[in-house]
Amino acid sequence: MIYVNGDPTEAGDAPTIDDVLRSVDIDPQSAGIAVAVDAEVARRGVWSTRIVCDGARVEIVRAVQGG
Amino acid sequence: MTAPLTIAGRELRSRLLLGTGGFDRLQTLGEAIDACECELVTVAMRRVDAAARGSVLDVIAACGVDVLPNTAGCFTARDAVLTAQLAREALQTDWVKLEVIGDERTLLPDAPELLVAAEQLVDDGFVVLPYTNDDPVLARRLEDAGCAAVMPLGSPIGSGMGIANPANLTLIVERAGVPVILDAGVGTASDAALAMELGCDGVLCASAISRAADPVAMAHAIRHGVRAGVLARGAGRISRRTHARASSPVQGVAEFAE
Repeated sequence: MIYVNGDPTEAGDAPTIDDVLRSVDIDPQSAGIAVAVDAEVARRGVWSTRIVCDGARVEIVRAVQGG
Repeated sequence: MTAPLTIAGRELRSRLLLGTGGFDRLQTLGEAIDACECELVTVAMRRVDAAARGSVLDVIAACGVDVLPNTAGCFTARDAVLTAQLAREALQTDWVKLEVIGDERTLLPDAPELLVAAEQLVDDGFVVLPYTNDDPVLARRLEDAGCAAVMPLGSPIGSGMGIANPANLTLIVERAGVPVILDAGVGTASDAALAMELGCDGVLCASAISRAADPVAMAHAIRHGVRAGVLARGAGRISRRTHARASSPVQGVAEFAE
């Protein structure tokens, strides 16, 4: 189990960050998003290869309105 | 004409920055950006919501302005640094409006955490614009840490109370070697004008515009307020006096028969 934006998520065996994104219906090619895995930024360049460990906490963020 | 505002070597024609928070509709935000004639607008970073419709980035891009991500919602240096790094990754900018908040009720900055975050982000190559208290000592410490500007509050975020401590703001301006941008507390155009009259280099507004009854009209008003303040500062206001001083000649007053 992986926790994606706080929600427990099944993303298959040894999923990459790309796989995790797809598992929550986010296109990894989307502009304007960023990912942290266990409180460290995962650069876009590693999304297709980096395996996300079981129990990892993945945060996926984007820009929203804010002052 | 007035000189452009220069932050970290970048010239900004507008001395008004707009916060994008609080607008009910993205269309109104776009119209307000145009009315402000600003070049930088802030955004926050939040979890992706697959159900969300429309993108603030699309509106910002259509207006031809640049984005300044903030770290709103962060209560620790660690979270603020990570949020800034995520913003850099998502938005390809190393500029950040640094916010580290002490508590939800006041939304006042947490000074120790703010300073730690500023130091770490400067070390990491960011152009750091910290939202800070109206504390001249903290402002100096942030400048010493390498911040590209300081952004003291006029009064608490969203309060609309204007500049609560103009004396402190003046002290910050007098001592600052980096631009001073009033951030938070502006309620209307005269607050923005006062900030510029006191010597600030710019003003950042969000709620004053986005939550006005007519946001676009208020955007126009505050843009003119900033402009008026700049011109008044340059014109040199008269000193305050305790007693009156006639502007009409004191000699030659007619004396009328009883």
